[in-house]
Amino acid sequence: MLITCPYCGPRDVIEFTYQGDGNRQRPQPASQNLDAWNAYVYDRLNPAGDHNEIWQHSGGCRAHLRVVRNTITHEILSTEFARGGHKTESRS
Amino acid sequence: MAEYSAFSLLKNALTGNKDWKPAWRKPDPKASYDVIVIGGGGHGLSTAYYLAKEHGITNVAVLEKGWLGSGNVGRNTTAVRSNYLLPQNTRFYEHSMKLWENLSHDLNYNVMFSQRGCLNLAHTPAQLDDYARRGNAMRHLGVDAELMSVDQIKRLVPALDVSGSARFPVVGGLMQRRAGSARHDAVAWGYARGADRRGVDIIENCEVTGFLRDGDRVTGVSTTRGEIRAKKVALAVAGSTGRVMQLAGISHMPIESHVLQAFVSESLKPIIDTILTFGMGHFYISQSDKGGLVYGGDLDGYNSYAQRGSLPIVDEVMSEMLALFPGLARVRMLRSWGGLCDMTMDGSPIITTGPLPGMYLNCGWCYGGFKATPASGWCFAYTIAKDEPHDFNAPFTLDRFYRGLIIDDKGQGATPRLH
Amino acid sequence: MSPRRAETGGRIDRLRTIRFTFDGAAYTGHAGDTLASALLANGVTLFGRSFKYHRPRGLLAAGVEEPNALVTVLRGEVREPNIPATMVEIYDGLVAVSQNRTPSLAWDIGALNQLGGKLLSAGFYYKTFMGPVIGPLKGTRFWMFCEHFIRRAAGLGKAGTAPDPARYERMNAFCDVLVVGSGPAGLMAAKAAADQGVRVILADLEAHFGGSANWSDEIIDGMPAADWAQRAVGQLEGNDNVRLLPRTTVWGYYDGNTLAALERVTDHKETPAKGEPRQRYWAIRAGTVVLATGSFERPLVFPGNDRPGVMLAHAAERYAVEYGVLPGQRIALFTNNDSAYRSAVALKKAGATIVAIVDVRADISNDMRRLAGEAEAELLDGHAVIATEGGKALTGLKVQRFDALSGALSGDERSIHADSLLMSGGWSPTIHLASQAGAKAEWDPARQAFLPPKPTQRWIGAGAFTGSFSTAEAIAEGRAAGVSAAGGTAAPAALPTVEAAPGDPDPAPVFEIKAKGKSFVDFQHDVTAEDVRLAHREGFVSVEHLKRYTTLGMATDQGKNSNVPGLAIMAEALGKPIPEVGTTRFRPPYTAVSIGSLAAERFGDLKPERLTPMHDWHIANGATMYSAGLWYRPMIYGLPGETIEQAYVREAKATRESAGIVDVSTLGKIAVQGPDAAEFLDRVYTNMFSTLAVGKARYGLMLREDGLAFDDGTTWRLGEQEFLMTTTTANAGKVMQHLEYFLDVIWPELKVTVTSVTDEWAGAAIGGPNARAILASCVTGTAVDNATLPFMGIVHGRIAGVPVMICRLSFSGEMAFEVYSGAGYGTHVWQALIEAGKPFGLVTYGLEALGTMRIEKGHVTGAEIDGRTTARDLHLDWMLSKKKPFIGSAMMDREGLIAPDRLELVGLIALDNRPLNGGGHVVEELDEDNPHDSLGHITACCYSPALGKYIALALVKDGKARHGTRAFVSDPLRNRFGQVEIVSNHFYDPDGSRMHG
Repeated sequence: MLITCPYCGPRDVIEFTYQGDGNRQRPQPASQNLDAWNAYVYDRLNPAGDHNEIWQHSGGCRAHLRVVRNTITHEILSTEFARGGHKTESRS
Repeated sequence: MAEYSAFSLLKNALTGNKDWKPAWRKPDPKASYDVIVIGGGGHGLSTAYYLAKEHGITNVAVLEKGWLGSGNVGRNTTAVRSNYLLPQNTRFYEHSMKLWENLSHDLNYNVMFSQRGCLNLAHTPAQLDDYARRGNAMRHLGVDAELMSVDQIKRLVPALDVSGSARFPVVGGLMQRRAGSARHDAVAWGYARGADRRGVDIIENCEVTGFLRDGDRVTGVSTTRGEIRAKKVALAVAGSTGRVMQLAGISHMPIESHVLQAFVSESLKPIIDTILTFGMGHFYISQSDKGGLVYGGDLDGYNSYAQRGSLPIVDEVMSEMLALFPGLARVRMLRSWGGLCDMTMDGSPIITTGPLPGMYLNCGWCYGGFKATPASGWCFAYTIAKDEPHDFNAPFTLDRFYRGLIIDDKGQGATPRLH
Repeated sequence: MSPRRAETGGRIDRLRTIRFTFDGAAYTGHAGDTLASALLANGVTLFGRSFKYHRPRGLLAAGVEEPNALVTVLRGEVREPNIPATMVEIYDGLVAVSQNRTPSLAWDIGALNQLGGKLLSAGFYYKTFMGPVIGPLKGTRFWMFCEHFIRRAAGLGKAGTAPDPARYERMNAFCDVLVVGSGPAGLMAAKAAADQGVRVILADLEAHFGGSANWSDEIIDGMPAADWAQRAVGQLEGNDNVRLLPRTTVWGYYDGNTLAALERVTDHKETPAKGEPRQRYWAIRAGTVVLATGSFERPLVFPGNDRPGVMLAHAAERYAVEYGVLPGQRIALFTNNDSAYRSAVALKKAGATIVAIVDVRADISNDMRRLAGEAEAELLDGHAVIATEGGKALTGLKVQRFDALSGALSGDERSIHADSLLMSGGWSPTIHLASQAGAKAEWDPARQAFLPPKPTQRWIGAGAFTGSFSTAEAIAEGRAAGVSAAGGTAAPAALPTVEAAPGDPDPAPVFEIKAKGKSFVDFQHDVTAEDVRLAHREGFVSVEHLKRYTTLGMATDQGKNSNVPGLAIMAEALGKPIPEVGTTRFRPPYTAVSIGSLAAERFGDLKPERLTPMHDWHIANGATMYSAGLWYRPMIYGLPGETIEQAYVREAKATRESAGIVDVSTLGKIAVQGPDAAEFLDRVYTNMFSTLAVGKARYGLMLREDGLAFDDGTTWRLGEQEFLMTTTTANAGKVMQHLEYFLDVIWPELKVTVTSVTDEWAGAAIGGPNARAILASCVTGTAVDNATLPFMGIVHGRIAGVPVMICRLSFSGEMAFEVYSGAGYGTHVWQALIEAGKPFGLVTYGLEALGTMRIEKGHVTGAEIDGRTTARDLHLDWMLSKKKPFIGSAMMDREGLIAPDRLELVGLIALDNRPLNGGGHVVEELDEDNPHDSLGHITACCYSPALGKYIALALVKDGKARHGTRAFVSDPLRNRFGQVEIVSNHFYDPDGSRMHG
């Protein structure tokens, strides 16, 4: 699997650390809504298909990327910085 | 259907093996059942078997989308052990161990469970103390465990490098002698035959495409072979839990599906007579009766439904293997494959009623599914029959995560790939 | 010249004689021979024994798919088992031995298994060996008793235990076009792509490029095919943009068009050149892959098809044409297709007598009749072989009239005298890599073969791989694939011309001749056609069940010979077409790959070693090192004759009495900088950091999102917007990732950067009543008195001319200071401190003494913050700020995390004054024989010089409430039982007066 880091270019998956489901919404820090916190910490979308996820380029620039990847074909559909910007679409 | 025995083998050999009957029938689905078990893997089949055997519930269908046993029961490294740290896990897996010890007799099918032991190697005194904590925890629950010295280990596994010059020298190990390995496919086939003999319908090539509902209540399933109704619908679909729950309208679960690779070497004369794990990485190995070294390591580390592994893990696993066995560099890896692991947020399973009325859920087996097969089915059958969990599976609820009653043997928190 | 070697022909070098041994007997061959061709030339017919029945076996094939002739290659003590003799290039001094036989290949006691015959049918294991339900052999005992013997009988070769001295190497390669296979299709593809100027890699698993061109008698561009291939290779060799990889098996097709390959660099050499690895593992990222992997000839299934002397037709052709070796003098062929006629002609030309061509088909084309005539062979159309004769070598065969449609045999049996029987059951494209790449193969009823699927990754097929079995097609497809893979549109130049024997690529759909006797489908695993039918009777009918129940296709050849015949027999039993039985999905590796090559440079060097700046000093000064993760740290600085306990007790005692110094460079250190740094730390830590004054440090605790304790350490405020965070050694990497995640993903609005500076700083902690005096004597540029440097204060100064940063904080419980300097000056500063400490009797201490003093103080480390404990469990709830939310604050009060029966941190004192053990458990009632009801466990223990007692920290159920009560340690693993008193974890100086001084 090659992931295209907006800084570093296409790099082998071995350079990246998986940080899981990118759909999770962290409640406001002061939120007392335990259901929302539980959903954020424990619940995952886990689709068989396109998946919005976070990867850190830990063996490179250490930026976190938002990656859309297909969990059946492992095809990478797009990558961008998790903080936003520099999106690359790569569906072939 | 005939009992299997040395005598029946001989009798059939004399008649040219022409009279053997199918190990299980291939019935068409009926319109309705008392219980539908979705998933014809090890856990689904053992659930059906124990529903029939322990609870007299025989009007049961097991629905399998592909061929029976096509999931993880046929894709694992066949280890059976109950050497857990936390009492909830140890009690459950020890119950499984006890079922394993009599399983071939119970099923009249030789699942080749061989108690050749499982040895966790320790590489620092602190790690050995950590293993002692676990071993003592096991002993206080009546489960066998012992520490082994380097000399004892050397005698048990002469091929292992215990020279002390290794990057991570072996300083001792935790041994569970009653642990061992079994013939994985035989477990699926034995349970299938056993369930079938008690009247359970095992229906292959029957994929569930949706749930029949009466309000919230689940009243059956629609399948590629038509609608089938049932009073109770039980899920035992492991890595496909996310997919199947989505059919029931539940999009989020405390589960991620990950790929775990396994490897087998070419067939060799006996060289490793136990199950061995490496303490400074993630690596485990045993040798099958056919002579292949069966081994594996870490998850690939990202969500996947591909049953296909990635190259970096291959390299990692082989490197760890040679750290223990530098003499095996010229042995060759023959086959690799990937299985889908339903990783939970604490590394422990889920066997519970619900989450919808009429539904029962068995999932979250992470790495541990194969050894759990008997107890998983046994507990799930109990839960389905009685509508409440047995003591053994009472801790394995779905809401334990939310209530903070987590059972985290590795202490890694809600990061599934680390369990 | 050996009996079966022709005087001329082939690409062996007859002028070079190579000496080698097989099973101890000396043989000679020629340069260019494989072990298989050389032994065959010497008249050897018996090469191996099968897995189950130990039947005598000869060569079936000439290439990588060989299932029978497996040998172990020895280099001194180092063994390489299970290598096909067809893939071993001989070299002077080669030592090879046969496998799976006792005592010898010719006389193998294991062959008695054949007497078991039908008893040992597929699946027999599952039906017996269960043993008695009661008595001494109940449970698993009887099976394990039987298994003991089964295991000894199983297995092929024997692995070595001597460490392999060889080196393995890994190469990461990038190319625009990777061409796999160097037959006419592959060569054309490589050439066409290279002409486009792109980067090309051409790999072939054989020693010589050319594939089928090396052994066909076809004419390409007016010259013999082999010459044409050599010319093409020569042209490629001249190109800078082409890399040629012979002896290189592309074995894995992974995601992202990454392919794994194994190059056998020196396996064919007597002595590797200096620096050469044994094998090289290539990870190739290819823009596009051209799969020109050819096809495999299939065996036919008939009684006696495994007798030594029965071989695949093309294999015999290869031995004759490439190596000048005839597999026999009187050769018969048995076929269901046209390709065997070409083989017959080639063998005739090489000097053999072709006694018969037995063809299952009744209507044979005139072209084939003409070829049979050319081979001077009797053509037995509409016939089949029903038996073979001979012992360990073939002497003849029996044929009978055969109807290809019904499969019926009729008429009289006829015996034919022959010493070699060649079979051809049609051809299967080598689609393994395409299948690995992700898609399902498709059955072609005309070719009677699985053809490659539609690509799911970027590859293009060419030649026999696609089912185009003629060389002319291969050449055309190869060039088209090469051009297209390179992204080019070449002008349609003329293609090389091909003169080839005619032939219809479609075989008759005949896979098995049903007659009396064992007909083998999987040769190595001894799976017979009857086994397949038994699997059918017992309901194991899907392809995977068939494989798993009979072990068909699970041998070292991975079904390359048996896959399609096995499916065909099952399909017939089911009365269904072959594709409805299913298709096997191929998985990596294509052929077995050495584990050494996969480990590559990490073989013998698994993980890096992390050493502190003062490492060499520790070693030179008598430290015993302790491996902690990747780090090495001093455990004790033992004096001659001291035990570990004596050493750490001495070190700890001396520290408490005067002063001690310890290397703390391994602590994780993270620079947290930026306008929002303080706000960020307030969110990360449970306690406040925004209120911390510049020049002060504070102990902090972090939780995970789920509310459990994560890590602790001190963080120093070096400036308004600058902090230095320290973490535990073990969690340094995890904490760093944790911080980065929150800054990058959750709170991108915070203006903070975090930088790992662990390796930038050397750290020394000096503590004890005289620590301040020692510092005062060597630090310049700052005072270190209580006013200048109060508890948790920070100052900057110099030691021995080097800038240092000093923070007054204590892990030992004494008045203590952490002295940080640039890593490069670590030893310099360390030595200056040691020198300054001499008048005070300063000792160096290691991890054991460090641990001892922290246990006495009741501080927690990773043994207590083990991912399962909360701040409350560890009595750190005083650090949970109520004024602000922090990571974990919302989740930490869930019912399970505040339950009364949780394990809580306590201290233990051994009342029997004997050592306690880490990992021992704590019970209320001692029951040595039947331990039960654990209350918790010991996390850390030591002899406390301060208390004069053996003490421990422990996590115990409802621990705080048990202070002052008695319990027992229960450690059945080490047989340590005894009474303890449960006390507070703060054993020593609980009010901290010593460190506050």
